[in-house]
Amino acid sequence: MKKILVVCGNGLGSSMMVEMNVNSILKEMNEEADVSHTDLTTAKTESADLYIGSADILGNLDDGTRNIALLNNLLDKKELRDALEKNL
Amino acid sequence: MVDLLMNDLLGTPEILVGLFAFIGLMIQRKAASDVVSGTLKTILGFVILGAGATVITGSLDEFSAMFNQAFNVDGVIPNNEAIVAVAQDSFGGETAMIMLFGMIVNIILARITPFRYIFLTGHHIMFMACMIAVILTTGGMTGVPMVVLGSIILGSLMVLLPAMLQPYTRQITQSDDIAVGHFGSFGYFVSGFLAKRIGDKSKSTEDIKVPKSLGFLRDTTVSVSLTMVILFVVVAMFTGPAFIESEVSEGQNFLIFALMQGLTFAAGVYIILAGVRMLLGEIVPAFKGIADKIVPNAKPALDAPAVFPFANNAVIIGFLFSFIAGLGSMLILPVLGLAVIVPGLVPHFFTGAAAGVFGNATGGRVGAIVGAVANGVMISFLPALLLPLLGDLGFQNTTFGDADFGVIGLALGNLIMLVQSQWLYSLIILAVLAGIFLLSWNRNKGKKNEEEKAA
Repeated sequence: MKKILVVCGNGLGSSMMVEMNVNSILKEMNEEADVSHTDLTTAKTESADLYIGSADILGNLDDGTRNIALLNNLLDKKELRDALEKNL
Repeated sequence: MVDLLMNDLLGTPEILVGLFAFIGLMIQRKAASDVVSGTLKTILGFVILGAGATVITGSLDEFSAMFNQAFNVDGVIPNNEAIVAVAQDSFGGETAMIMLFGMIVNIILARITPFRYIFLTGHHIMFMACMIAVILTTGGMTGVPMVVLGSIILGSLMVLLPAMLQPYTRQITQSDDIAVGHFGSFGYFVSGFLAKRIGDKSKSTEDIKVPKSLGFLRDTTVSVSLTMVILFVVVAMFTGPAFIESEVSEGQNFLIFALMQGLTFAAGVYIILAGVRMLLGEIVPAFKGIADKIVPNAKPALDAPAVFPFANNAVIIGFLFSFIAGLGSMLILPVLGLAVIVPGLVPHFFTGAAAGVFGNATGGRVGAIVGAVANGVMISFLPALLLPLLGDLGFQNTTFGDADFGVIGLALGNLIMLVQSQWLYSLIILAVLAGIFLLSWNRNKGKKNEEEKAA
């Protein structure tokens, strides 16, 4: 199963909202994945097939080895869906 | 038997929240494996929280010994995670119950009043539940009446505060789809309010170039470590090696000691964050799932960073000016005989940034600066004023950070000191809340009528 990690600064609030959206979109797409959320520091040491987060946060994570989906508006479900479809 | 059930089982907060998670997962008819792992993770989250509290208290004790020796006043580091983790020892059960029933009150109010907000920032629900429990207990309330009143207060705040911000939130997001559910609301409201009167909306912060290099501060662990190390080292320099090496550090070099204690504090915050994340991982999605079914068209009230993408420059400007205001306030506080609130990067980053975004939306760049400064002053003075109302918890060298904890805590705490009778107190609170709901209900209705007439 693929692993998706949603990342925000604190790993508490916004990343959890996005995680819930990811879960509901995956359900609509009939896909399955292991989705969780965390803070930036932990994300640097945790491996995943796809990292999702806002551009200003994930800029810190992009070292060329990771598969990253940057979101402009964290809460835009359409943008999130496009990102998921492109990356899964 | 009854004693075992009431005191040992329900009186152990870890088991209590585990039970809530278990029931929630069963209601959602999850598979047995999910129920087991979800329940265990929730309990484990609470245990981790306690472990983090031990780490943080150790470092805070050293900090306060040094700070007191150096300046002869109390130095307090406002950090929601730390104070809530420390409070769980005495208030764990009450916090868990007020949190759970507060969520239920939120759903009921969203269903029957025009304020259809569901407050989804789980950690803030928990922090506010904890503060209400502490204030009410310090004021002499206990048991069922305390939990009932506390839950009603919490649930009401969870719809009223997002509603208060919504006129400004709409200006930021240019839509009415989301609300801000974050207990820094009074800071953001004051920011939006002042900015509207002082600033000029047309001169937005987003038209200026701001260096992006401060982005690394968005990483909480980095910014906490950085602030704490600087703070401990500066205080250690004022305290001097003689006192530290003989009384506190057991001979270790005073600067190395300060460096390690600063990092220990940051490690404690990291542990607590991991605990809170695990603790809320099952509870918040369950809350949202149930709310979605019961309250159609509810607006999610989200964590403050949800508005950050709407004004990236205002985020940086807001943080900087809030922090500067915090530093300024730190010098004024002891003159007024109050405890010194040491400005932390984290509260100033999150609430200062959000205040900047609100200020920019109603008053452009001048608005963002004025609003952020107002927020910075509020989150310095309010925690200092709140300390005496927190009872024994006021002596822990850490306290609640964001504006709403201060405003609500002061209102609730002062009233309970003034009114000695619990029943009268509860009655006054309920009457005030009912009054607020009715007033804004009528105003809402009036507005709707006008809109209909205009149409």
